[in-house]
Amino acid sequence: MLAGSAAGLGVIVAILVGAWFKRGVDGADRPGTITVIALGIVTPILVLAALFAYSDIFLIRGTSPPVAAAATNDLSVRVIGHQFWWEIRYPGSGVVTANEIHIPVRTHVVVSVHSDDVIHSFWVPQLNRKIDVFPDQVNRVELYADKPGRYRGQCAEFCGLQHAHMGFYVFAQPRAAYDRWLRMQARPAKRFNALFDDKCSSCHAIQGTPAHAHVGPDLTHVGSRTSLAALTIPNTAAHMADWLRNTQQVKPGSQMPEVDLTNAQVRQLTRYLESLK
Amino acid sequence: MTSVAERVDRLERQWAERPGVLGWLTTTDHKRVGLLYFWTTLVFFGAGGVEALVMRSQLIQPNNHLVGPETFDQLFTVHGMTMIFWFIIPMTTGAFGNYLVPLMIGARDMAFPRMNALSFWIFLASGMFLYIGLFSGFGPDAGWFNYVPLADRLHDPSRNIEFYTLGLAFNSIASTLTAANLIVTILKLRAPGMSFNRMPLFCFAFLAASFGLIFALPSLSVDLIFLFLQRNLGFHFFDVAHGGSSFLWQHLFWFFGHPEVYILIVPAFGIATEIIPAFTRRKMIAFPLVAIAELLVVFIGFGVWAHHMFATGLPTTTLVFFAGATSMVVIPSTIQVFAWCMSIYAGRPKFKTPLLFIIGFIVMFVAGGLTGIMFLAIPFDQQTTDTYFVVAHFHYIIFGAAVFPIFGGMYYWFPKVTGKLYFERPGQISFWIIFAGTNLLFFPMHIVGLLGMPRRVYTYPGDMGWTSYNVIESIGGYITAVGILALFTNLVVSYFRGAPAGPDPWHGPTLEWSVPSPPPEYNFAVIPTVSSAYANWDADDRERDGHRLTAGVGTLERGHEQHVSSLIDGWTSEIVDMPHSSPWPIALALALSLLFAMLVITHYLFAAIFAVVIALTLLGWHGKEPQES
Repeated sequence: MLAGSAAGLGVIVAILVGAWFKRGVDGADRPGTITVIALGIVTPILVLAALFAYSDIFLIRGTSPPVAAAATNDLSVRVIGHQFWWEIRYPGSGVVTANEIHIPVRTHVVVSVHSDDVIHSFWVPQLNRKIDVFPDQVNRVELYADKPGRYRGQCAEFCGLQHAHMGFYVFAQPRAAYDRWLRMQARPAKRFNALFDDKCSSCHAIQGTPAHAHVGPDLTHVGSRTSLAALTIPNTAAHMADWLRNTQQVKPGSQMPEVDLTNAQVRQLTRYLESLK
Repeated sequence: MTSVAERVDRLERQWAERPGVLGWLTTTDHKRVGLLYFWTTLVFFGAGGVEALVMRSQLIQPNNHLVGPETFDQLFTVHGMTMIFWFIIPMTTGAFGNYLVPLMIGARDMAFPRMNALSFWIFLASGMFLYIGLFSGFGPDAGWFNYVPLADRLHDPSRNIEFYTLGLAFNSIASTLTAANLIVTILKLRAPGMSFNRMPLFCFAFLAASFGLIFALPSLSVDLIFLFLQRNLGFHFFDVAHGGSSFLWQHLFWFFGHPEVYILIVPAFGIATEIIPAFTRRKMIAFPLVAIAELLVVFIGFGVWAHHMFATGLPTTTLVFFAGATSMVVIPSTIQVFAWCMSIYAGRPKFKTPLLFIIGFIVMFVAGGLTGIMFLAIPFDQQTTDTYFVVAHFHYIIFGAAVFPIFGGMYYWFPKVTGKLYFERPGQISFWIIFAGTNLLFFPMHIVGLLGMPRRVYTYPGDMGWTSYNVIESIGGYITAVGILALFTNLVVSYFRGAPAGPDPWHGPTLEWSVPSPPPEYNFAVIPTVSSAYANWDADDRERDGHRLTAGVGTLERGHEQHVSSLIDGWTSEIVDMPHSSPWPIALALALSLLFAMLVITHYLFAAIFAVVIALTLLGWHGKEPQES
């Protein structure tokens, strides 16, 4: 397609450069209308028909998600778009996580997406096309990774102040590692923290504790994630503390309010959250 | 027997405008309205350009803090709105269309002169309305496409979106008036003998753009009114929680939005088809094909809107249909591209500044068109949509294909409007600076888009390999700004220092070159007769007009008179009296501004009062114009 475009542009530039070299010479005898019909009507019809047939009839079939009825054998993941982060659910396992999707390699994974608020767009450039995420429609896209690895994805539809920081990772793992990860994520948290329950539980859930709100990301295994705030910052103790203290400086316009915390409380919460592996 | 001098003197008196500022405020002369449009749109072009430069400065390095997300979102929203609704459309239809169409078809004014003035004052007021919003911190901030639910009250509770809905609705009134005026003018005021097949291609282009506006804008207006009602009066058109649909906004918006793209560039095609014959000394190759293609491109443009929605999860059958329709719109475009190219190739081109801009336009249009064709490959579109690849594509079209001919047209018609010649060498230098700058600015966007950089982000991470491309783009932006400043500096200096141009410095093909520069208020002392689409090249006809002036045939000097022609073959069917300068247009525009101001702050009582004022103004408007005896 790029080569074809370069050729098309080349033809035009060649004609115009030709005109430059013949400037001042009368060219009334040069071909006119016939060239316009040949290059302006016949050629594009042939090129467009070929492009249309290849891309919109054959290529589109090979990369579309299977229709709903045929999808039963594939792994399916539910993704819910929020301003400005991604909620990930694994149906059947009870696993709820955020901004990091784990999938087994060489497996067709059907991702069903919908939005909790405004329109987002789910896009992992290296794994497939993008699909818009609507509040009033569930859309589906297929992910397929040949090789294990970390693939960056992000919101592609403008969704508000922090559209720029609404990224996520897809981790493609060998089947055994993926299964191990899923089992670990399904476990409830071992420890309860009264300060978290007091300050954070109106928005966040930690399974196995009384905190079960789903306004913000589920934090049951937040310590096992590699990044925070939809890839805004890496998940380290220092960044976690900074995030708790200066939420609106780290990610201005984030839906998370700045909670009034003393330094000691920040340290305590950071230690607790980082321990939730 | 009346002498020529006496006839001209009588026309001068009958068509004279009021002196001074009052004359400009009450003018209905299409040339003055055109100039008012011209200067005003340039101010908005400057504003849109500054917004673009601030955005490029923010994006010059990753994680930059020059502006925050709130400012950035308003900047890209208002930049898009400004360039489309307050620069290109008013510059083409308002400035070029108003000034040139009557001169090209041998008319003395637009068909509805007071409506013409009204459209300008509304346009000016709507632009001030938008920028008052921006400067008071309530600039629209949900993108020029303004998708709901992001733009609904829940997610955007402040007044920002009211400046979007009301500003655009206000602006569309002006565009609709101008478009209706251009259609009637082109259909009914053509010089005797100017049948459709003898009409300049420029007029075909403006006819196509005007019909496009008339049919596309209602869809946008409905969308805007729905959203205003939902945000302010509790309606639920797009409210998902109450059975509304977020798709409805997108369908209505793009049903307007895609034809809009062709409305932006078809007038540019028209400008190209004037400049090419003038500087190649030959008539356009494939004239009928080009005329039909100009109309077809807008017509087919109405059937492709859903290609803006390829990633929304519409059924594949729908996508394939719209991809097919999109492929069809390529054909009228390629016809025109090769007709321009072959006309240049087969003529004797003189590469003066206007033609250079047209050549730049052709190259940019083809480059942007080829990336456009790629989008009809649905899987490719779904990969690249909402990335900088799209930004590159439509800036090649909108800057390269719509704005380059506007620049070329400014240089081409500068001698006609001012009576002065511009300086050629600085003009050519400014072209090359702009051409280099825009390509540096927009070409790397293709690459960075393919590397995955999404649109509408106020910043980006430093480890994605996007940084160096963004640096080049920003430098290209600054170079483009320098080039544009050079271009206008040259025009300003030429205005004061340029050599006198005479009526026809280019040996131009159409009728505007048959009258003095600048044209007198009545345009034509004698209504010209026409026997081809290149009327100014028909020396016999022009000579005969001279004899008719001496004999007093077709001078229409008894009053403020204008001939009206039959629809298809262009023969004079009657003579009508035209209105003269009037205070009502500016008064009506002022009343409308107050109405919209009351709506934005939801003072409905005052809005109703101003609606009554508007009705009274209309009554005054329709009182009989005092006629000069």
